[in-house]
Amino acid sequence: MSDPSKPHNNKAWFLVLPVVASVAFTAIIPLVIVVNYSVQDIFGPGNRVFVGGEWFRNILNDSSIRDSFWRTIRFSLQVLAIQIPLGIAIGLAMPKRGWRASMALVLMALPLLIPFNVVGTIWQIFARADIGLGGYVVNDLLGITYNYSQNPRDAWFTVLLMDTWHWTPLVALLVYAGLRSIPDAYYRAATIDGARRLAIFRYIELPRLRGVLTIAVLLRFMDSFMIYTEPFVLTGGGPGNTTNFLSISLTKIAIGQFDLGRAAAYSLVYFFFIQLFCFIFYTAMKRQEV
Amino acid sequence: MAEIRLDGVRHRYGRSDDALKGIDLTWEDGGAYALLGPSGCGKTTMLNIISGLLTPTEGRILFDGVDVTGASTVERNIAQVFQFPVLYESMTVEQNMRFPLRNRGIDKREAQARAEEVAELLEIGHLLKERAKGLSADAKQLVSLSRALVRRDVSAILFDEPLTVIDPQKKWTLRQALKRVHSELNHTLVYVTHDQTEALTFADTVVVMDQGEVVQKGTPDELFERPAHTFVGNFIGSPGMNFIDCAVRGGVVGFGGVDLLRLPSSVSPDHEPGDVIGIRPDFVRCAPLDRSGPAGLEAEVGAVRDIGTAHLVELLVGDAGLVARIPPGEHVPSGRCTVLMDGDDVHFFRHGVRVEGSSSVVGTGGAR
Repeated sequence: MSDPSKPHNNKAWFLVLPVVASVAFTAIIPLVIVVNYSVQDIFGPGNRVFVGGEWFRNILNDSSIRDSFWRTIRFSLQVLAIQIPLGIAIGLAMPKRGWRASMALVLMALPLLIPFNVVGTIWQIFARADIGLGGYVVNDLLGITYNYSQNPRDAWFTVLLMDTWHWTPLVALLVYAGLRSIPDAYYRAATIDGARRLAIFRYIELPRLRGVLTIAVLLRFMDSFMIYTEPFVLTGGGPGNTTNFLSISLTKIAIGQFDLGRAAAYSLVYFFFIQLFCFIFYTAMKRQEV
Repeated sequence: MAEIRLDGVRHRYGRSDDALKGIDLTWEDGGAYALLGPSGCGKTTMLNIISGLLTPTEGRILFDGVDVTGASTVERNIAQVFQFPVLYESMTVEQNMRFPLRNRGIDKREAQARAEEVAELLEIGHLLKERAKGLSADAKQLVSLSRALVRRDVSAILFDEPLTVIDPQKKWTLRQALKRVHSELNHTLVYVTHDQTEALTFADTVVVMDQGEVVQKGTPDELFERPAHTFVGNFIGSPGMNFIDCAVRGGVVGFGGVDLLRLPSSVSPDHEPGDVIGIRPDFVRCAPLDRSGPAGLEAEVGAVRDIGTAHLVELLVGDAGLVARIPPGEHVPSGRCTVLMDGDDVHFFRHGVRVEGSSSVVGTGGAR
């Protein structure tokens, strides 16, 4: 098995050591600590009890956490259903060359550059029924009663609108980049073949956008599934539990109630679902490539 | 099917020089044409103007006498194949082939029959059910070709260097297939290429372009035997025509002291700068040194190259170099030899343009 002309030098393994060390400090050790917490009930320093899998059973049977889970899934699916088609439409409509193209790119990129809690604050103020410009226009000029801090429907709508405003440009830019990479010859051939606009989209653009769209769907799903800052600033999870997403309810348990064991178990379950979705997306992407 | 006429067509991209410099040209209905020229000479521009992908800066395009300059590609009903394969990758091969027909509202069964017919012609029948995405590069190009051939009623089929990505061995088969399609359907075919072999074997008529202008239009034989321009002489034939400086005195063109051509009375009988004679390497012959031969055409034999089908011999007559192509089985000279040229094979060019109507001077230095 060993080839004398290719000597083995096991010292090479030491070269891997820095990576192992840094990954240990950044990922493995913190995770092990979380696992350690998740099997204990912690009352205070030096006052802890081993409880086994009790926290996990507790989490999985907690109806409010389950509601949170389905709420987050519903939110992610709505985000995809709105932002992907809208992003494609914007990407298609963006100017292709000249100063208009540069301007469109800058305008599109702007929302992406705003820090998350600033986005939350902007919308918190903008949409307020009393002093916000948006709230004022809807309530007083359009005559529609709207109050995101009291009406659950309005709150949900505002979070969705805010996320769409913040993140649709990402989809649009990805689509735009994908469209720019289609050689002119494809459009020419389609013209020669007498294809109409819809057929060009369906048979040339869409198949060639598949790669970027998979990335867009993956990014938008994961980001919206883990959404925290913006709704936390805007509604704090309310009114009631209407916008209480998984990450917000986790923070309430960990920081608000300082229930470390339960929060650790919650974190692991949350983490597990994220891994699961990543795996599903990854497998789907791989299958598409074949 | 249509006769296509370009009338004073000029095209400019942005602020650069003219890509096409005022072209008047007629493609007759049902002709098989090759459009030949070096890269960047305006071939593709002309093709895109014919198909309507580009609108010329000036001039008109007429199909059967009808002005279509402003008409769209669809209205012109042109088929075009591009240099690199363009496929609808989410479709199967047969869906690709039916696509141009489907867009024109042709019944599915009829489209399917036509697709199968063309597939058989191009020998890709076994690929019909395959996904277009997974095909090899040359199979993809065959499918692109087939998409151009499925429509029976097109005005013309334009090929823009379609065989660039195809294996050399397969190119020949494909050109034959295209000729077969042509004889069957009698479409007007325009085949753009920079490869002279491709042009000369495919077309009935070859149009040679250089720097945005049409230099000559003629049959392959005409281009070979009577190039209208030194450019054509050089570009066609491998190696190209020999061009050598010559003496012109009293309407008689001579080289190395041997009179070869008598100029027609329509041109000035005196030497002008840039006057050259041209002769194909195929018509330069070498004979053993012979004291009775014309002394001026004694040559020193330089490098000899065996190109398989012939020997190429470099000859130096005085300070003029030329190449002779010696067919297999004939004597390959060495050392010194006498060069023989027949006045009928020699062409006189003034300012790069061939002077029509020169006659061979009989009895001097000609081949025996």
